[in-house]
Amino acid sequence: MGEQSAIPGFGRTEEDFSRVDVHRLVQALLGVLPAASVLHDPEDLHPYECDGMAALRQLPLVVVLPETEAQVVAILRICADQGVPVVARGAGTGLSGGAQPHRFGVVLSLARLNRIIAIDAHARRAVVQPGVRNLAISEAAAPHGLYYAPDPSSQIACTIGGNVAENSGGVHCLKYGLTIHNLLKVRGVTINGEIVEFGSLGLDAPGYDLLPLVTGSEGMLAVVTEVTVKLTPRPQLARCVLAAFDDVVKAGDAVARIIAAGIIPAGLEMMDQPATAAVEEFVHAGYPLEAQAILLCESDGTPEEVAEEVGRVRALLEQSGATEIRVSRDEAERLRFWAGRKAAFPAAGRISPDYYCMDGTIPRKRLGEMLQAIQVMETKYAMRCINVFHAGDGNLHPLILFDANKPGDQHTAEAFGAEILELSVALGGTITGEHGVGIEKINQMCSQFSTPEIAAFHRVKAAFDPAGLLNPGKAIPTLNRCAEYGRERMGAGQPVAHPELPRF
Amino acid sequence: MDDLIRQWSERIRLAAARGQALCLRGGGTKHFYGRPEQGEPLDTRDCRGIINYEPSELVVTVRAGTPLRELEAELAAQGQMLAFEPPHFGSGATVGGCVAAGLAGPRRAAVGGVRDFILGVRMVDGRGEVLRFGGEVMKNVAGYDVSRVLAGSLGTLGLIVDVSLKVLPKPVAEASLRFEMGEAAALHQLNVWGGQPLPISASAWCGGILDVRLSGAAAAVDAAIARLGGERIADELAAARWSGLREHSDAFFAPGHSPSPLWRLSLPSDALAVELDGAQLVEWGGAQRWLRSHLAPERLRAQVAALGGHATLFRDGARDGAVFHPLTPSMLALQRNLKNAFDPAGIFNPGRLYEGI
Repeated sequence: MGEQSAIPGFGRTEEDFSRVDVHRLVQALLGVLPAASVLHDPEDLHPYECDGMAALRQLPLVVVLPETEAQVVAILRICADQGVPVVARGAGTGLSGGAQPHRFGVVLSLARLNRIIAIDAHARRAVVQPGVRNLAISEAAAPHGLYYAPDPSSQIACTIGGNVAENSGGVHCLKYGLTIHNLLKVRGVTINGEIVEFGSLGLDAPGYDLLPLVTGSEGMLAVVTEVTVKLTPRPQLARCVLAAFDDVVKAGDAVARIIAAGIIPAGLEMMDQPATAAVEEFVHAGYPLEAQAILLCESDGTPEEVAEEVGRVRALLEQSGATEIRVSRDEAERLRFWAGRKAAFPAAGRISPDYYCMDGTIPRKRLGEMLQAIQVMETKYAMRCINVFHAGDGNLHPLILFDANKPGDQHTAEAFGAEILELSVALGGTITGEHGVGIEKINQMCSQFSTPEIAAFHRVKAAFDPAGLLNPGKAIPTLNRCAEYGRERMGAGQPVAHPELPRF
Repeated sequence: MDDLIRQWSERIRLAAARGQALCLRGGGTKHFYGRPEQGEPLDTRDCRGIINYEPSELVVTVRAGTPLRELEAELAAQGQMLAFEPPHFGSGATVGGCVAAGLAGPRRAAVGGVRDFILGVRMVDGRGEVLRFGGEVMKNVAGYDVSRVLAGSLGTLGLIVDVSLKVLPKPVAEASLRFEMGEAAALHQLNVWGGQPLPISASAWCGGILDVRLSGAAAAVDAAIARLGGERIADELAAARWSGLREHSDAFFAPGHSPSPLWRLSLPSDALAVELDGAQLVEWGGAQRWLRSHLAPERLRAQVAALGGHATLFRDGARDGAVFHPLTPSMLALQRNLKNAFDPAGIFNPGRLYEGI
């Protein structure tokens, strides 16, 4: 084994935890939690068997529902002591199986840590517990003319703790940033029960800045117990421009032109013709059905600023060959323009028994290539795919339509998806822009990262969690898995990396 | 360039085997910052040049040894900028040093700091492995976000080879306004304005004068000028003012004959005026305050911590003690573990950040 054995997390499998004694575990948990906060009857466990990635189901041994940080500390100490895997869970809306239970583990639901502790309007910050819903923060801040900017599509349900774990995005990222850009401080508990604060109420913290490391770490480094977010002044006005194109490449060029002109729109979204048709049937947004692609471009700010920007955007869209341009005349029309885009996922669910949502990000200029390649894949796999795209930041959400009841369909959809993700990497992008790796994209991690890079991720994990108990098996693949997947890669820019390493 | 990276990698492997400390440095313009440098110098400046820059993608990938002024000139030619306005502190500043130091200028409070604009890095770790994290796209949640952690790590985690940064268009319009007011009133006013949709891109209060910079669409800047009042500062004077703050060439930062140590206080923007002896300058809407003071570090740090902040001994003080604010034991343990994960032999800029890190 040599060097391999020095890399924590290597070779770990689910079975390594098979000796967890559930009776002893439940007894210890009942010593620190009321009986109603410890679920272990199989029928009580069923609601927790999956997250938003419903194709993957697994019952945990136990679900715990702490109501205080002190209870979280006590739970983690017990799990550390007994060597029990812990899967933290917010609302369970994640799309990559990150909150999928561990067969021999505990699901730690943060749903009852759901208080808004403080809204400080003067300092533009909110202190909230992890189980608070994303939209609830903006609602609480609204009387002060403030809001929490990141708006993942599931914002009515998803929790801020889950947003931190996934570094969630939304349709306004290009201008307002991701979750990481809107956090001041995250308070969390490590597996050994230590309370640690990442970030500060100022704009930086001493030493290494661990806030970006914890944000997006998919519950593998610490369990979040409190989040301090930045609040943003709500813009006075927003208007949306809808443009139709007879060619997706022209629509892609229009996006590049807008950005190159120095405009950073509040939102910039694209949909292809099949996606437009699917949502139009569903929400009647009035989208032009003959267009090969439509763009939605939102401007926000003062009325003067919005008028100036909309004028410039309109001119650029005309130069790019838009066949039709509409500007929202009032708030109702703006919301109608958006209603279609926001209904893309439910619309896919309406025209197909199942759909599989991908999340690759690519450099914007490669969009045309990607869409053409997806068309070829539709033929190859004999499956339809509709495309919605956060065009401003290059994040693509192809929705592969399939029927899980048809033998082989699920497998074909997964193969289709895997090919899209690998093409995202090949085009200079990434396998996941905002949904996380979880369990869903764990094999494709082996395509995106080299063996030494994956080893480095395991060492980062071990710096926080040496026994590998927090969400084991997610986000970072073992090298064994990469070898089995056939995608083990040597180091970047290095002719021979670690010749002493055994090959799997 | 691959040959150079291979040589570095080999040199790092050898140094790790011998336990030989390496002092990673670019132009040396920020050598004063942090605890003393030690080890055999490893100069990054042979690794220079822009690898990829496409203005319409808002991304530039650049080698670590590239002079910062060269990069900024290339961006300016396309009407773009590094929005966090990194200080150069000398003509030799490099991109790698800018990332490693993690320092941001006047625009920090409005747009974010160095780490907020890092999209990806290529680095050599303490085992001599060449590693790539992140990438050239805006949204990327594959793997832990190691690249952003390098901002401010002072070269203690690894040798940065190249970095991908998000860039932004330069604002169409800019104007600066001056107000006369005391510190408490200025802090209150800055927080009130911060809660309104105003295009404030920088602020500075010193000695009863508050300067505010507005940046954005012409219409937005004009509307804000009408709304805020104050006295308009002539454009050339304003440019000199903000550059003086960014580069510490402003009179406030002049060391004089027997300078008191210069402290950088990082505070919640709404923290009250810091009641400590010495001259103060407030930036970042109240979140960054500079203090020239002979006060004992322990006393100064206790007071700043009580306000929810932390204090860095920025320059002109004793560097062998605690330059950066002491960490809690649990945080210190995590930071040590992270250092060991990337640099197990402890060869990269040892002790520059904290003793033992």
